Amino acid sequence: MGEFKVHRVRFFNYVPSGIRCVAYNNQSNRLAVSRTDGTVEIYNLSANYFQEKFFPGHESRATEALCWAKGQRLFSAGLNGEIIEYDLQALDIKYSMDAFGGPIWSMAASPSGSQLLVGCEDGSVKLFQINPDKIQFERNFDRQKSRILSLSWHPSGTHIAAGSIDYISVFDIKSGSAVHKMLVDRQYMGVSKRKCIIWGVAFLSDGTVISVDSAGKVQFWDSATGTLVKTHLVANADVQSIAVSDQEDSFVVGTAEGTVFHFQLVSVTSNSSEKQWVRTKPFQHHTHDVRTVAHSPTALISGGTDTHLVIRPLMEKVEVKNYDAALRKITFPHRRLISCSKKRQLLLFQFSHHLDLWRLGSTVATGKTSGKFLVPGKHGDTLPLSKDADHLLQLKTKGPENIICSCVSPCGSWIAYSTASRFFLRRLNYEHDNLSLHRVSKMPACLRSAVQIMFSEDSTKLFVASNQGSLHILRLLEGSFKHLHTFQAQSGTVESMCLLAVSPDGNWLAASGTSAGVHVYSVKRLKLHCTVPAYNFPVTALAIAPKTNNLVIAHSDQQIFEYSIPDKQYTEWSRAIQKQGFHHHWLQRDTPITHIGFHPKRPAHILLHDAYMFCIIDKSLPLPNDKTLLYNPLPPTNESDVIRRRTAHAFKISKKYKPLLFMDLLDEGTLVAVERPLDDIIAQLPPPIKKKKFGT
Amino acid sequence: MAALEEEFTLSAVPLGAGPDGLLGVEQCDKTDQFLITDGGRTVILYKVSDQKPLGSWSVKQGQVITCPAVCNFQTGEYIVVHDSKVLRLWTNEDVNLDKVFKATLSAEVYRIHSIPGTEPLVLFKEGAVRGLEALLAEPQQKIETVISDEEVIKWTKFFMVFRHPALIFITEKHGNYFAYVQKFNSSVLSKYTLLLGQEENFVIQSFTASLDRKFISLLSLSSDGCIYETLIPIHPSDPEKNQQPRVVRSLLLKTVVSGNARNALSVLDQDHVAVLGPPLPASKECLSIWNTKFQTLQVSKELPQGTSGQLWYYGEHLFMLHGKILTVIPYKCEMSSLAGALGKLKHGQDSGTQTMPHFVNWETSQGYGLESKNSEPSKRILRRRTIEPSVQPEVPASQQLLSIIKKDSEKHIEIELRKFLATKRTPDFHTVIGDIAIGLLERCKTEPSFYPRNSLMQLIQMHVLSYSLCPGLMEVALEKTDIQMLQLCLQQFPDIPEAVTCACLKMFLSIGDDNLQEIDVNMESVSDYSDAVQDEKMEEQMGILQNGFNPEEDNCDNCDKELSKKPQKTVEETTSCPVIPKRAALLNAVLHSAYSESFLLPHLKDIPAQHITLFLQYLYFLYLKCNENATMTLPGIHPPTLNQIMDWICLLLDANFTVLVMIPEAKSLLLSLYKFVKSQICICSELNKIEVSFRELKKLNQEKNNRELYSIEVLELF
Repeated sequence: MGEFKVHRVRFFNYVPSGIRCVAYNNQSNRLAVSRTDGTVEIYNLSANYFQEKFFPGHESRATEALCWAKGQRLFSAGLNGEIIEYDLQALDIKYSMDAFGGPIWSMAASPSGSQLLVGCEDGSVKLFQINPDKIQFERNFDRQKSRILSLSWHPSGTHIAAGSIDYISVFDIKSGSAVHKMLVDRQYMGVSKRKCIIWGVAFLSDGTVISVDSAGKVQFWDSATGTLVKTHLVANADVQSIAVSDQEDSFVVGTAEGTVFHFQLVSVTSNSSEKQWVRTKPFQHHTHDVRTVAHSPTALISGGTDTHLVIRPLMEKVEVKNYDAALRKITFPHRRLISCSKKRQLLLFQFSHHLDLWRLGSTVATGKTSGKFLVPGKHGDTLPLSKDADHLLQLKTKGPENIICSCVSPCGSWIAYSTASRFFLRRLNYEHDNLSLHRVSKMPACLRSAVQIMFSEDSTKLFVASNQGSLHILRLLEGSFKHLHTFQAQSGTVESMCLLAVSPDGNWLAASGTSAGVHVYSVKRLKLHCTVPAYNFPVTALAIAPKTNNLVIAHSDQQIFEYSIPDKQYTEWSRAIQKQGFHHHWLQRDTPITHIGFHPKRPAHILLHDAYMFCIIDKSLPLPNDKTLLYNPLPPTNESDVIRRRTAHAFKISKKYKPLLFMDLLDEGTLVAVERPLDDIIAQLPPPIKKKKFGT
Repeated sequence: MAALEEEFTLSAVPLGAGPDGLLGVEQCDKTDQFLITDGGRTVILYKVSDQKPLGSWSVKQGQVITCPAVCNFQTGEYIVVHDSKVLRLWTNEDVNLDKVFKATLSAEVYRIHSIPGTEPLVLFKEGAVRGLEALLAEPQQKIETVISDEEVIKWTKFFMVFRHPALIFITEKHGNYFAYVQKFNSSVLSKYTLLLGQEENFVIQSFTASLDRKFISLLSLSSDGCIYETLIPIHPSDPEKNQQPRVVRSLLLKTVVSGNARNALSVLDQDHVAVLGPPLPASKECLSIWNTKFQTLQVSKELPQGTSGQLWYYGEHLFMLHGKILTVIPYKCEMSSLAGALGKLKHGQDSGTQTMPHFVNWETSQGYGLESKNSEPSKRILRRRTIEPSVQPEVPASQQLLSIIKKDSEKHIEIELRKFLATKRTPDFHTVIGDIAIGLLERCKTEPSFYPRNSLMQLIQMHVLSYSLCPGLMEVALEKTDIQMLQLCLQQFPDIPEAVTCACLKMFLSIGDDNLQEIDVNMESVSDYSDAVQDEKMEEQMGILQNGFNPEEDNCDNCDKELSKKPQKTVEETTSCPVIPKRAALLNAVLHSAYSESFLLPHLKDIPAQHITLFLQYLYFLYLKCNENATMTLPGIHPPTLNQIMDWICLLLDANFTVLVMIPEAKSLLLSLYKFVKSQICICSELNKIEVSFRELKKLNQEKNNRELYSIEVLELF
């Protein structure tokens, strides 16, 4: 089938940022996640948990609170004291507004979604009115003596609970004054701690306030009388987060020990109507602090310092016990952070504030001819290196903004990258072993920021998808460029194009947003050629095959379509596979396909990968049905050729490299695979809270 | 928490209750049916839930019923005594009491007692007791006098004490009270004098008794209104020495009723008593439930029309005469806690729904199990078959099967069961299977000839039964020495108590070889060891030749020598399996069963020494077999693992160490076992050293593979 030399790369020391907040939106079934570097990601839980959008981080914007308001508007607030609204269509920040209360620690949208409360460092709780275009300050509540770390609205919208240091206040919304002040015991296992920080509060419709604090307690308060009803000591460390289900029959708390506890309202006896809160299930999916939790109708969602987003479905709420009921652990972004120059065998790694350029090494042992070192070509062999990989360049960005996207040209002479406010283009010159870098200045005014950058195969054209929905084409000349054309966004839409694909001959450009279909533009004629019909699930990867100009599209539900651009229709093979359906194991994979490639010599082959497998689809072979084995890790040894031919099917899968962040074909027989072992990430995290284990 | 529910009356027929109230209320063989004997001539059979009489029988004018009618649970017949000496037996179909079976006895009857699981007993006024069967065989037999003159029986109760019936009756003579306990397994009559304590001038108004492990807890209500408890031992400590032991009563509850009226008392369960009587001298009569553990009044109900001072308690119903009407008050009691008793725990008192007890009361169910375990062989054939008068409505298949189990033949049950098992499985399949098994066992207990072996085997093979789902199954199998069933149970049940496992082991070890040969045993876990034995022999001999050891050497310090010596010592014990293959298969089943060491050890001590030696020999044999191959496993489909073998060797040695040291035949076995273990330890310590070096090698290898940040590899896709 295929034998490749694989450059197995593990020096991409990427560490995702820790998760700070999650906010679940029930209407759209979307989850907003903010990370400690200020990045905000939107996951579509209906679309196989695909990360469909992201807003780049910013050094000064440490997000402390995230919430959804009416009309699926997303707000965040952070330690810079600003409230930010995000534009989910244009993938941009709509506006930011200073609350003038110092750093903001907490934020909550009213049950109706029309008001916004923020809790500030100076002890003030500020009420904002959410207007269609902006938010407007309404008034301050009674100033408290220390910072407001948590806020929760009563479902009726008449009262709020605010957690501060050592006490919880209950405010009346009308009067703005504190009705009750409930002091929290500082004692912790008999030892008096200095302070007891109320990390989270939840106000239930029956007037119960649930608080979680730094002494490891989950406490139930009666807000009518201001008295403590019940205490659960759940951890030896801080309990940092709480989320209540909409039905108020269960809630979830996350602790600094990495444990998530599920509490449920259950009947005292099996027939009685009297119910009480019972700690039912502990989950230990995290190694570090669980900074935030969310409770969707069917799942518990948690995230924390260990960078994993964990979605734990509640088995009793899941109707069909299928693959959706499985635990999801999302660690890596669903977009490419790596680009590669095939000609010069370069890899460009994108970090939040810098880019790394590496040149791959080489081996003298070749695939077929037997060298003098070993008999090459045996599966699993490691070939001796004649030259190790070189770190050529580190490119640091100036300013506080994170890099959104980056690309190295196939020829290796250009590097383009963009932050939220600026687009950068660099020219690389290679003189023997020396590398010189030139800045290409005077970028056109329209090129302010980019969501996706792509070079044409011959490195003469640069395609940039801006965050306002327009696509720019630039012609690259030796050391300079020329703006050729801009495809404006379709009338009436401002949806950003997150994915681009250019045909190897440079004639076709395909671009896809998150919801609408894939648009195909003719670069020659500079006009829209056609639009691939929209599909229910977002596109995760795009590529155009050489020669045939077939557009291959991967969707988050693991479907793959092949669309002939010249014919403006789906290909026969695509129809055939849709008719037969994909193998059930293929559909059950839980990471999206992030890259599609092609073999220059074998037009029937499509190369694609997700985080846990690499696959070559051979369109000439029969499709597998559910009875055949999709993934066969063992080489057929002494089987007869007949059996081998009969069981061979189109999907050739390798699970050798994982977690796989990038894989592409450098030339006919050489692949590059970039792995990022989880152990290496854990090694770079701060040490977790040490827990005494039995026997140690 | 105890609760009284809404009362209802049973008075379709006006009761001719005399001034002394009713004669008695007695249970019937069908649940929910009770025999009520009024003070005059009538016996009425009531179905309580329907509040309607199912039958009524009267004796002729001029005759008087002198003893409450009871039901013979073994035959379903009813028994009554009229005119003190005439015994009548009849069934549902009979209409006229004059025409039914009659036996005239030679002495006056005080009471007839009948409880499920045993034959009825007749207590004569003179204190003698006879079984009904014996009495019917010879009605005019001489009845001896047990109690002295002027001694009058005041109260009596019949119990099942650990499968054996026991009767207690209280007599009074000049204000002194005596308790007699008659046990029927040993035919011992023990007499006790009740010491009343200081309040000797009060008369005892009512008695009630319950079983509390090794004692009968006798509660008495004195005319001072207090309840006293007297513990009467079931097993008299030394009946020979002390002719009339005295038992002292202690105050249990103070002044629960005013002492002047007619009061009554009944034990409801371990902690609850029902008291009938006015709480204050002037007040109306009340039914009160008291918790004796916490000394609290749980619930009380006023009975304004007065009572006859009689109270009966069966199942969940309290019976009493309220005015002239027989009243039934259902009584429920959930497991009580201190919080509940003190009224702190709130309870959802929704009157509409039936509250079920939410806790399994293990004590009660165990007690029930013990009681129902009794299966005294009934010598009398059924005089007449009883026919269920009511027509069955549409009932679930399992219910139908259960009713079939109650009366049909083994063959028919088997066919019906097969049909039932062939149907679709419901979610509560395993509980249904458990119920069926329990149904079968119930009948086994009441009918000794009934043993539906095939049906039980079929149920066990459904893979859903466990020991706790059908307690008593293995006991029955043990009783019947059903080896095959026991093996199947050991293989299938995950939760067999250690005592039962041990009882099985005992049986497997003690049963004769000839008996075993006839039994069909699953031999899956045993493979033919003979070939292996031959090989071993050869090997050993070669070893002996090669090493040329010195047989006189008896020093255990040198491991090499031990290793070479091992075979010779063990040859005589290991050349062949010490037990026949069938026994080996049974023992393997025991080895596979789950156990907890601390619970198993005391039971292992009960096994005779020669059986322990045999078992140890077998384990040693298996241990040697295990060591023959590198994987340390035995051949066969499901053989015992090395760990199981080792654990059992340790257990046996722990439990019977002193015994094994003492008996001569175990000496050589222990010695060779010791030597073999020692040689094994030597090997293991060597292996330990090797393992460490290999681990280091592996670590080095792994590091090389994983820590490399960059490599070029060859990948082939298939």
